[in-house]
Amino acid sequence: MEKNYHVCTGCGLLCDDIEVESEKNIVNKVYTACRVGVAHMKEARRAEADFRVDNKPVDEATAIREAASILKNARNPLIFGLGTSTNETQKIAIELAKKTNATLDDTSSFCLGPLVEALIQDKLKTCTLDDIRNKADVIIYWGTDPSDSHPRQLSKHTYFPRGSEKQRGWEEERTAIAIDVRKSHTAKICGNYFFQIPPKGDAEFIDALIAGLSGKLPKTSYNYPPKKLLELANILKGAKFGVIFVGRGLIYSLENLEPLFKLMKILNEKSNFHLIPMVGNCNTMGFNKNLFAETGYVNSVKFENGTVKHGPEYSVVESLKAKTVDAALVIGSDPLLILPGSIAKNMLEIPVISVDHCETLTSKHSKVYINTAISGVEAGGSAIRMDGVKVSFEPVIETNHPSEEVVLKKIMEAL
Amino acid sequence: MTNAMELYQMLPKTNCKKCGKTSCMAFAVALMAHELTPEDCPPLKDEPKYKENYEKISEIFKPSEGATETGLIVHEDLCFGCGNCVVACPPNVANDPYGVGSGNAPRNVNKLVLTVENGVVKAQNLGECRRFGKNKILCNGCIVTCPVEAIEFV
Repeated sequence: MEKNYHVCTGCGLLCDDIEVESEKNIVNKVYTACRVGVAHMKEARRAEADFRVDNKPVDEATAIREAASILKNARNPLIFGLGTSTNETQKIAIELAKKTNATLDDTSSFCLGPLVEALIQDKLKTCTLDDIRNKADVIIYWGTDPSDSHPRQLSKHTYFPRGSEKQRGWEEERTAIAIDVRKSHTAKICGNYFFQIPPKGDAEFIDALIAGLSGKLPKTSYNYPPKKLLELANILKGAKFGVIFVGRGLIYSLENLEPLFKLMKILNEKSNFHLIPMVGNCNTMGFNKNLFAETGYVNSVKFENGTVKHGPEYSVVESLKAKTVDAALVIGSDPLLILPGSIAKNMLEIPVISVDHCETLTSKHSKVYINTAISGVEAGGSAIRMDGVKVSFEPVIETNHPSEEVVLKKIMEAL
Repeated sequence: MTNAMELYQMLPKTNCKKCGKTSCMAFAVALMAHELTPEDCPPLKDEPKYKENYEKISEIFKPSEGATETGLIVHEDLCFGCGNCVVACPPNVANDPYGVGSGNAPRNVNKLVLTVENGVVKAQNLGECRRFGKNKILCNGCIVTCPVEAIEFV
């Protein structure tokens, strides 16, 4: 029996095997999805006013007009978010940024941006999640806890499933390793292969691991047992198809990516290792790729009369800190909540347009609020999975809310 | 859990064969294997002098509240639907190798022990569970793979 599967856009995994029972455009039951996905599909929609200006309900045309006039009057507007938007929406947002001479950024500038950039530029070896399911024998989770952030990753792609070359199951053919500062839920599954290191101890741990891989005695200032490190080095050396999932825990701890490059180089001399970033939002990877295709940079860009500038000063954090932006268009994100208070409060001084499917702290403090359809649930399109695979999806239910794509197109027209 | 010898001590020890077994010891072993229930021993059930022992044995074999036939309990407040147990469960893999066994959505729900519904694991078709029936074994595939100890056997 051919079943009608949907794609879940709850996280960067984009699970494509979700069954949904819906009636009168309300999702009743969701099968196979994790709790994150169920919440995303069932509970993301809340009854709110569709369009608001200065916290008063208005009609669509007024909201769009107001949004366009804010962008038109701004000298340097900030366009931020897009992590949960479709590729199609992101491309329009890039055009919009060009037209308004805007600063354009997403969450990757303070998350995994540098790593994704290195991967897009082919500086690191990567593979797809399907390769991992079929071949991987050593899986390392470094500074990340997919059991909480991407619940189905271990069961759908990495550790537990049977693949074409791994048919005997996880107990016999796969080794999962967790390297983290705390015993996370993933670390619990890894059992004896959990390596606990002190905060900021990652760079030293990498150096010690490289020493271990080269047959030297691994030493760390926090006296990590050399025997355990050598045991880890031996497992890595014996890997036929290894993969490292890098999370923010590792990226935040390193001053630059150099140690990681060195580790990947030596691992690929001794065995065969790949790297995948643990991208949180469903299409942050897509934003990075789309912007890279357009400008050659993955984030933090400023368009100015046809030219593109790039640098940390154009990231959302720095531009708000230096107060260089004088308006903001936030699409599917909640910067007031996720940015540090001292920086986020600068947002209260500028007019903000919030385009989102649910009420957020940012939308409550915005001058214009436009309620959109939920990408992947109420609006179709395509997105890019954490491993760079493009996934297309159709809407699960119908809605009368406009999609982000339509809203941005209308703002473009109004400009 | 108790053992067959402890159960035997609580039985009438008359080897009356009314239960169909050859001796009370054989009945105790059958009790342990869940082949028979305490009610299958007529003297134990009916005679007042065994009343206390009957209650004790019944207590041992009383299914725990909320537990299924195999004693499996899913703590729904802890489970977050990662599906590790679904993919790791041996009968699930055997009955649906290209569906749940490969990490995908189930293709044949009728023979699966564990599935994820609304973000929480649901136990069903317990006849397929390796902890069920005469040849049961103490399989713990779903317990060791759960990151939050949401599955328990009692």
